[in-house]
Amino acid sequence: MAITFEQVNFSYGAGTTLANPILHDINITIADHQVTAIIGQTGSGKSTLIQHLNGLLKPTTGQVIVDDLIVTNTTKEKQLTKLRAKVGMVFQFPENQLFANTVLEDVMYGPLNFGYKTDEAKQSAQSALKMVNVAENLWQKSPFELSGGQMRRVAMAGALASNPDIVVMDEPAAGLDPKGQAELLALVSNLKEAGKLVVFISHQMDHVVSVADQVIVMQDGHVAAQGTPADVFNRDIDWFKSVNLDLPRAGQFAEQLRANGVSLSRRPLTLAELATMINEEYEHE
Amino acid sequence: MNNIMIGRFVPGSSWVHRLDPRTKMIVTFVFIFVMLFASSWGTYALSAVFVVLAIRLTQQPFKLYWDGLKPIFWLILFTVVLQLFLTPGTPVVLHVGPLQVTWPGILNAIYVMIRFTLIILMSTIMTLSTPPTSIANALESLLAPLNKIHVPVAELALMLSIALRFVPLLMDETQKIMNAQKSRGMSFSTGGPIKRARAIVPLLIPLFVGALQRALDLANAMEIRGFKDAASRTKYRILLYGRQDVVAFIGTLIFVLIFIGIKISGV
Repeated sequence: MAITFEQVNFSYGAGTTLANPILHDINITIADHQVTAIIGQTGSGKSTLIQHLNGLLKPTTGQVIVDDLIVTNTTKEKQLTKLRAKVGMVFQFPENQLFANTVLEDVMYGPLNFGYKTDEAKQSAQSALKMVNVAENLWQKSPFELSGGQMRRVAMAGALASNPDIVVMDEPAAGLDPKGQAELLALVSNLKEAGKLVVFISHQMDHVVSVADQVIVMQDGHVAAQGTPADVFNRDIDWFKSVNLDLPRAGQFAEQLRANGVSLSRRPLTLAELATMINEEYEHE
Repeated sequence: MNNIMIGRFVPGSSWVHRLDPRTKMIVTFVFIFVMLFASSWGTYALSAVFVVLAIRLTQQPFKLYWDGLKPIFWLILFTVVLQLFLTPGTPVVLHVGPLQVTWPGILNAIYVMIRFTLIILMSTIMTLSTPPTSIANALESLLAPLNKIHVPVAELALMLSIALRFVPLLMDETQKIMNAQKSRGMSFSTGGPIKRARAIVPLLIPLFVGALQRALDLANAMEIRGFKDAASRTKYRILLYGRQDVVAFIGTLIFVLIFIGIKISGV
């Protein structure tokens, strides 16, 4: 169930006078059972990239391979529906997609479309709602009566209900309070533990280092870097400035230490790691 | 969804782009009015020359205009077919069941097609070279005399410009919601007509909810900034006729005079 991009280029309005190239020669592999974070400044092509993961956008040239399905420019809509059953996609502000009379019905929408029987759909909707911590007394309410945070979770359940092997989220933490953000990171870890491949876009580097196994850095439609968080976040500070990204808090702190003459052997990812490194490397001074 | 050209503004700095929006509006209106009187090859040829000249002056490729015509193709075809079969006269060229195609019918059909095409091209020139807000401003300015008979022109123009401003937002929103529901397996292209119509519900409800929410937000934002009525507002962009507007009017006047000339001489 790995995902591979081979020489993918993408333009909006390809072949017209208004063609607008967005992605350039993307070659990436996203490993199965792992969490991959995509980072990069606004407009770098992150959202366009992930819309290729379930065929909402098809590569103008090149191909995207998801498991045994190959998506090219000529892939038919019917094939793409198969792909979409495997990929749960959570968009930015997914609460905007809610429409049904009750929370449960809304979450059942996906499974029913993908051919589940009514009671199967109900069951998987219920377990998805439990997974995202939506209390049972809300299930029969209208989704429009819920609070913003609850709506977000219902919408996520909607994407998870068809039990996809791949879960893709576009800035899932945007606009959540700290508690909601922590719950979200826990959800990502749970999904990974359940054997799923998770891809998410984030602007919060601390989220990235806390859950991601792999990081893809996008800039101007190119892949600027790809690797483990330890590798990527150990890059030169000037490189981070060139791609307009911040370091995680621990990394920022380490940079300030270095500027004041306290250098560490490498850049720590988390605050715990930072503390350990300071203890070990400066134990005898 | 991205290839709808009607009413789309394409930024540029051509001679036509720089014209006062009122000029473009008046010229377009005059052209459409004059087209109603076109009835011979001569008048149509002249009008076509005028349109082609105007297109050249926008410095945009012809293909852009051609793309703009495509969505209206069926409407044009429908009218052409009506003209073709429902114009009485002699000689009859072809019998199709109870219907007949006459020579005047064929001529009429061709004329109607040209007329339609030219009018659409002309309006496309205006919308393509003028930002929507400028069109609303121009309308407000041109309709200002109606204020005297208590028509709330400024409010109407404001409503129009807000509506125009919302069009691209709603298009964006539609695309987003469509993507979200497609990801959940929605399909517009399978099943019978009833199933297809039902498939639109998950699209329409979020769209309406979002639009109402946006409208409320906008109303709040306007009220917070002390908006009371549109009448007493000052303008950020003040419309001024310049030398090139005079040139445009003279050009149009020459066009109309030649048109009348051809019409009278009966070519």
